[in-house]
Amino acid sequence: MTTLAVPMSSARPANPSHIGPPAPTLGAAANAAPDGKRKIKIQTTDMGFFYGTHQALQKITLDIPERSVTALIGPSGCGKSTYLRSLNRMNDIIEGTRVIGKVLLDGEDIYARDVDVVELRKRVGMVFQKSTPFPKSIFDNIAFGPRIAGVRSMATLAPLVEQCLKQAALWNEVKDRLKDSALALSGGQQQRLCIARALATNPDVLLMDEPASALDPGSTARIEDLIDDLRKNYTIVIVTHNMQQAARVSELTAFFCMGRLVEVGRTKQLFTNPKEKETEDYITGRFG
Amino acid sequence: MSQTPENFSANLAWRHRMGWLFAATCRLATWASVVFLVVILLVIVSRAWPRLTPEFLTHFDSYKPESAGMLAGILGSFWLILFTGAICVPIGVGAAIYLEEYARSNWLTRFIQLNISNLAGVPSIVFGILGFTAFVRMFGVPRTAIVLALGFADVRIPLPFGRSVIAGSLTLALLCLPVVIIASQEALRSVPASLRHAALALGATKWQTISRQVLPAAMPGILTGVILALSRALGETAPLAVLGAAYFITFAPGRINSASDLAQHPDRLLQVPFDQFTAMPLQIYNWVNEQSRDFQQQVSAAGIVVLLVVLVLMNGSAILIRQHFQRKIRW
Amino acid sequence: MTAGSPPPTTPANAQVKVPRGSSLKRRFTWNGAYEKCIRIVLLGCALVSVITTASIVFVLLYESVLWFPGHTPFFGKVSLVEFLTATQWTPQFDGNQHFGILPLICGTLLTTVTAGAIGLPMGLASAIYLSEYASPQARSILKPSLELLAGIPTVVYGYIGLFFLTPLLIKPVLTGVFGLSVDGFNALSGGIVVGLMIMPMVASLSEDVLRAVPSSLREAGYALGATKYDVSAKIIVPSALSGIIAAFLLALSRAIGETMAVAIACGNRPQLTLNPLRQIQTMTSFIVNMMKGDTPVGSIEYQSLYAVALVLFLITLTMNYVSQWILRRYREAYQ
Repeated sequence: MTTLAVPMSSARPANPSHIGPPAPTLGAAANAAPDGKRKIKIQTTDMGFFYGTHQALQKITLDIPERSVTALIGPSGCGKSTYLRSLNRMNDIIEGTRVIGKVLLDGEDIYARDVDVVELRKRVGMVFQKSTPFPKSIFDNIAFGPRIAGVRSMATLAPLVEQCLKQAALWNEVKDRLKDSALALSGGQQQRLCIARALATNPDVLLMDEPASALDPGSTARIEDLIDDLRKNYTIVIVTHNMQQAARVSELTAFFCMGRLVEVGRTKQLFTNPKEKETEDYITGRFG
Repeated sequence: MSQTPENFSANLAWRHRMGWLFAATCRLATWASVVFLVVILLVIVSRAWPRLTPEFLTHFDSYKPESAGMLAGILGSFWLILFTGAICVPIGVGAAIYLEEYARSNWLTRFIQLNISNLAGVPSIVFGILGFTAFVRMFGVPRTAIVLALGFADVRIPLPFGRSVIAGSLTLALLCLPVVIIASQEALRSVPASLRHAALALGATKWQTISRQVLPAAMPGILTGVILALSRALGETAPLAVLGAAYFITFAPGRINSASDLAQHPDRLLQVPFDQFTAMPLQIYNWVNEQSRDFQQQVSAAGIVVLLVVLVLMNGSAILIRQHFQRKIRW
Repeated sequence: MTAGSPPPTTPANAQVKVPRGSSLKRRFTWNGAYEKCIRIVLLGCALVSVITTASIVFVLLYESVLWFPGHTPFFGKVSLVEFLTATQWTPQFDGNQHFGILPLICGTLLTTVTAGAIGLPMGLASAIYLSEYASPQARSILKPSLELLAGIPTVVYGYIGLFFLTPLLIKPVLTGVFGLSVDGFNALSGGIVVGLMIMPMVASLSEDVLRAVPSSLREAGYALGATKYDVSAKIIVPSALSGIIAAFLLALSRAIGETMAVAIACGNRPQLTLNPLRQIQTMTSFIVNMMKGDTPVGSIEYQSLYAVALVLFLITLTMNYVSQWILRRYREAYQ
């Protein structure tokens, strides 16, 4: 049980070195990572999160490198989803929430006073646990993001929709029925549609909140293949309950417990040789 | 008071008999209302029967029961409800959007919400008094008129509004407002939060999320509520009577009495809101108060039948809309 | 594109991109200004209802209470004590005007009590039947019928009271059988039709309240060997009692404010009587009858309209407020 097979794609370059133990002194200069390693896309420093007076996250310090997949694992209620949703400020919707510490995207503090949340969310796309197609046609679903950003002409929209659907590996299944309601798609197709829709706003980062937890194994495998494709161009952060899935798709894994970040490391190392006792208990099934 | 098996079972039989009686009473009371509904409909239709002719719909009122018609009331009610909807729906839906989507839970929101539910319980006649003071008399401003020259036609807007369609519509719009707001709020609340989150996560602004996703999804519920509110407004008599709307009138608002009038003088449309009017329920009330028995019993019954048919058509369309969209959208 | 954006590794990636800003910083955009305008407009819409209430209060107070130089309100001409205790209401008798609201209150009381006696028990019984006994088929007939009944305009109820109930039911039974004298206009007929009018409202409000009672209470009752009657009458109704009282209050306040049915069926003679077979005048039918005639603006009889409307407004507002307060506490108790 302790030795999960971790099939990492062998062609991947080595992962960044300064992960795990915090490096809080890094400022904007961290953008260009030292020693030529991959640069940091999202940098979280001593971040805390409050629902009213209840502190849901404390002292989270985590660097997420660009063009990679980072998995967030941990027992229910550990704060991993809260952390994910704080990266595109979706928690702002909930009244009475508060963030302390710093979250930097490309060196810019996303919680600074003068940040335009709408601009942030265009850059940091999100896919939810339950697929959320709009009750409209497939085409209109994908075109929603570009349209609200001011793209009106069909000459631009049509190829954009095609390109996003191709990226999400859905084009061949739906190319003849773009005008059909998105609600007629199967669960797995709906979820890929949501991924395609998120890609259409031209984001750098994709946040995925248990994207496959409601899907059958076949659809799950397709989503995982898709994630594997997307990592070439996007920074992906994925929350998952399924440790095998974390092991299959991610290069980095962060283990959350009770609102704290217990351990972060290369996925293979974390699953085979965790540093912390809590991590070991969790991945061996003695916890949660 | 020991509970022996014998008196327990006797007690049980008694309880069963009581239970039967109770259920029968409840059933009787409920079905009695249906019987009452059927009886009043039969009484009214049978009395109205001799007067239910095509002429009843196409003639204006008359002092002779055999030639009295409802055209003025039908056209008056049409314009009245049209303007009521045009005023009340944007404001009501806007208020509902504000309260459901924008407002934070603070004292102002709670105050507005409490105020709306209290307003819903204010008797319609009090709205009539408000309308009379604020729109018909406009708090007693001196009588003048603004003439808007639009080039192709002049619109004469009397101030104060007097006993005009617009005064009636404004009054009915305020009366309908709480109903429209409450129905729209429920419709908005039934739209799943995931739809909003999905749109926001794609970088939509708040208003883009609402106007492009939330409102279309809530539209069936809102439409149903609006139609129900307007059909209530259509049957309202008391506020219009208090406004002093005409009872006996032999022309329609704007003097558009027929399709050919409209074709020949389309500019009269602009004068519609500022003209005198009567409405279907007002005509019925007038006929009920007439001296002649024919008017009292037959003509007014015919008027009631016409009014009820219009109401049934409106409510039926509300039901159709609800069913149509329920099939189309499923979450 | 930002400097750090990925190089186009796939051909598809190179095609079309949605434009975007170079920084997360908020800039002035017309779109942003538009969003702010929308928010203000919507807040304005929400405030219309507050303004409406404020105007109602102002309008009613202005003619009845507020004192300005050159403007004497109703209660400046008639003392509050006289208004509340005198037993005659004769605003239209020149030279012999009396403004004692008691006859109007009494008329309203008569119709409301009659309406309550009919509408409340029938409505509650229907609610119990619909929520505890009725089969789905019965419900599918009863619910729309009740909605239809609730949607019938009030003039129609007036017509039924005046031309159906009084001549065909009340007079034959009470005069023919018991020998009582019945006026052509009487409080009883108006009260009965108003009762039937509020009955669907009581039924639907109470049904909601009964359905809110947790089913665990029902199951607990049945598990103790209770019959359906025991459960309905001794468990469900008592636990929903406060909600039912709130529904009753709302319905009664509606009956008090009801105008056309009573104006048509009950007549227009204000008199201090508790006999429901007499012609009476309610507060609402006084207002509607007074406004029909061209009452000179500013005269004392004109102002008396506002005083009566103020009383009506205060009574219904209080009842609604109390009822909502009870309902809110009730919902909190079962959530």
